[in-house]
Amino acid sequence: MEGRIHSVETSGMVDGPGIRYVIFTQGCLLRCQYCHNPDTWDRKKGNAVTVESLIEDIKKYLPYMKHSGGGVTVSGGEPLLQLDFLYALFKECKKLGIHTTIDSSGGCYSVNPTFQKKLKQVLEVTDLFLLDLKHADEEKHKTLTGVTNKHIKEFASLLSKEDVPVWIRHVLVPGYTDEEQDLRKLGEFIGTLDNVEKIEVLPYHKMGVYKWREMGLQYELENVNSPSEEEVIEAKQLLTAER
Amino acid sequence: MKTMETMKAFKEGKWTTEIDVRDFIQLNYRPYDGDESFLTEASEATKDLWQKVLHLSKKERERGGVYNLDTEIVSTITSHGPAYLDSSKEKIVGFQTDEPFKRSMQPFGGIRMAATALETYGYEIDKEVEKIFTEFRKTHNQGVFDAYTPEMLLARKAGIITGLPDAYGRGRIIGDYRRVALYGVDRLIEAKKAEKLSLNGTMTEDVIRLREEISEQIKALQELRELGKIYGFDISRPAENAVEAFQWLYLGYLAAIKEQNGAAMSLGRVSTFLDIYIEKDLENGVMTEVEAQELVDHFVMKLRLVKFARTPDYNELFSGDPTWVTEAIGGIGLDGRHMVTKNSYRFLHTLKNLGPAPEPNLTVLWSVNLPETFKKYCAQMSIETSSIQYENDDIMRPEFGDDYGIACCVSAMTIGKQMQFFGARANMAKALLYAINGGVDEKQKMNVVPGIEPITSEYLDYEEVAEKFDVVLEWLAELYINTLNVIHYMHDKYSYERIEMALHDKDIRRTMATGIAGLSVTADSLSAIKHSRVRVIRDEDGLAVDYAIEGEYPQYGNDDDRVDEIAKELVVKFSKMLKQHPTYRNSETTMSILTITSNVVYGKKTGNTPDGRKDGEPFSPGANPLHGRDKKGALASLNSVAKMPYEHSLDGISNTFSIVPKALGREEEVRKANLAAILDGYMEKEGHHLNINVFDRETLLDAMERPEEYPQLTIRVSGYAVNFIKLTREQQIDVINRTFHESM
Repeated sequence: MEGRIHSVETSGMVDGPGIRYVIFTQGCLLRCQYCHNPDTWDRKKGNAVTVESLIEDIKKYLPYMKHSGGGVTVSGGEPLLQLDFLYALFKECKKLGIHTTIDSSGGCYSVNPTFQKKLKQVLEVTDLFLLDLKHADEEKHKTLTGVTNKHIKEFASLLSKEDVPVWIRHVLVPGYTDEEQDLRKLGEFIGTLDNVEKIEVLPYHKMGVYKWREMGLQYELENVNSPSEEEVIEAKQLLTAER
Repeated sequence: MKTMETMKAFKEGKWTTEIDVRDFIQLNYRPYDGDESFLTEASEATKDLWQKVLHLSKKERERGGVYNLDTEIVSTITSHGPAYLDSSKEKIVGFQTDEPFKRSMQPFGGIRMAATALETYGYEIDKEVEKIFTEFRKTHNQGVFDAYTPEMLLARKAGIITGLPDAYGRGRIIGDYRRVALYGVDRLIEAKKAEKLSLNGTMTEDVIRLREEISEQIKALQELRELGKIYGFDISRPAENAVEAFQWLYLGYLAAIKEQNGAAMSLGRVSTFLDIYIEKDLENGVMTEVEAQELVDHFVMKLRLVKFARTPDYNELFSGDPTWVTEAIGGIGLDGRHMVTKNSYRFLHTLKNLGPAPEPNLTVLWSVNLPETFKKYCAQMSIETSSIQYENDDIMRPEFGDDYGIACCVSAMTIGKQMQFFGARANMAKALLYAINGGVDEKQKMNVVPGIEPITSEYLDYEEVAEKFDVVLEWLAELYINTLNVIHYMHDKYSYERIEMALHDKDIRRTMATGIAGLSVTADSLSAIKHSRVRVIRDEDGLAVDYAIEGEYPQYGNDDDRVDEIAKELVVKFSKMLKQHPTYRNSETTMSILTITSNVVYGKKTGNTPDGRKDGEPFSPGANPLHGRDKKGALASLNSVAKMPYEHSLDGISNTFSIVPKALGREEEVRKANLAAILDGYMEKEGHHLNINVFDRETLLDAMERPEEYPQLTIRVSGYAVNFIKLTREQQIDVINRTFHESM
């Protein structure tokens, strides 16, 4: 079994609990204006890597995972575009007792029976979802990411129904995702979910901008700055208000 | 009679009848499992004293790095009268000269070095002293150069072996300063007299030398007793309380630094020993926690003020005015109990009470079995101060027991039972270039290695290079050991460490501590030759001066066996070659992978290398991957270094790790836990040493521009810490260019 991989970070400490081996998959359906990994969008790029070779490499980091309560996180790109790969990889991880996490925007969620069947399989071997909710407002979500948020909300609700632990993440982009009413609305939605262990507000940063330039893409948020610490705290209060 | 009373206060054992500090510690220390909440703030007296120190430090910087120098009095244990910062407030007293911050004159290592150090800062050596040490009293430096062979001089000039302690004190010897506190000087003198008496029978050179040395040791102890009197203490008897224990111990150390300007003058492993006295005083109600912390703060303050007069050459090798007052903290005992005490916390807490500082070189002996509370506290202090280094107790304990300290940066040695002959390092990358160029130095264009032919092919063939490299390494190993033999014979003869050796047993383990520089550059070069195509670019004389790499090759630092194995083999191979040669005093040959800051100087002296590194560019420090080449994240980089075999590099394998705070996690608690887990993981992987820096590159850039705003900014480099603003600009840039692990 192979996955299409952009790259690997051996010491991720911001994508789930503890120290994590983070696999960035290649390919995403969203086109977020603030994306810091636009080089992971194209589904045809990246390298085909076998589960076997990834597991061999992952094993080298077991001591760090063990001591930190860490594990493996598959991020992207959009991991859910590669459900077969995820299942095969996590099944092997579970044999080694490794904690598994998927970092997803849910952007490719679908009610298609094949997708549903494969997703259910993956959920069985997934310990945690990092679910990126980009915007509560459907129209603004479309502008920001190029797609609607309807199915993403459905996906969140499914995870809640299936009782899969979730950390909600929201990137706070001044002028784009930080309006009080939108945050309140998002908080209300989060309030309907029963499986949320943690809410993380991620301050927008410009560390990925150079990639846009390298790829010859126009970066629309050139003049947007990172939010202040206070703004991050306020946003978090709004998002957690209904819990 | 007081001796007996003191001893009764503690649990008696073997230590009561023989000199055995370890036994005393094991019978009397109390492991502490709690957290840091008992720690107290700096007292008013501490704050006042530290302000004085900061003021003097500022003046020192304004005066070009030296506050004052002694030009007349040759430093001995008793050469100077007392000096104080503020005697009404200092709990621990004693300075190297008659004035704080005034550097002493120490000509026994070499008169030229001593004179140059003075001249550099605009002082002039006293004519009479110069005459005595030129005409009547030979120095170590003179002795070495009298015996050096032409080949040794050539190798030194070419820079294939550099940093040799042939013009300065070798250091790296740790006296067991605790003995002064536990036994008092008189008892130590008695023991030494008995040792000397036992040395009779056939008078071989070894026996005669040892008899003479022990006589010198006894004299040094008598002088130490005098030093006590100068400061108003009777240290002929054992210390009776914590204040005395700290003071007695410090006076022992002070005697050593008054007499030796060694490269590294390390302290040993004193905090848990001293905790026993504090615990007793706390229990008897004669001391409070505030007073205990004050005592530690004042002691550490003194250790921060150790100063030596050194030359610009020396500073280029070991920049930032380091003294390596290394103190080893923590570790696990042979009986399985951890050795963390409240004093382990108090010593680390000085980084808060006095602010961060490079000295003393606080070294935590890390084990996965240390208490979690202590691990987290260490991690927290690393995140806040970047002033701590970590060494793997789990791999050192089987070799050195549970009463070893660290000399200099990474060299473990059993306290009072072991010393080393410091051997600086050999340049592996240059040796590789010699293999390609038939022994001709690529920079100085002179023949250094006799009898080998240059490689003439357009593309480098791995087998051919490897074969020739072996020949050069064999030549280098022999020459290197011979050179060190000369140096240490002379150091023993002309600049013997009387007081430090007086605080050792009679029969000691000696190591010949060699070292290598340029490990990553050499491994990457060999990997490039093996896994890609390397075309040689030659100058008009046919000398290989540059290399063009066609294709990609695996680079050290990515946990890739294709290249990591090359590095490992090099370590094993050279270490074995070195061990084949007879050593002075039958010392046991060891090796380190440690460059201190000399990676910059070595790089400067080495031409273009086949890995793509350009002429003059710095090597990576110690066993680190070359900056920017470790592309798979922090842990992959750590894993590569952890593969270097400690058993073949017993003098230590240094690794410096820099990470931005945000990459450790989003919350403070998480960051602490993750950093502690990185250490656990690295140690479980059998990595030996780790320097940890936690800050953003921007901080350093700002400190370069506005040094006055960062008087205490401390950063770990290879095996020690420095005040960032004391580094040369070149070295600052080197530090900034190194890999700072961030996350994607």
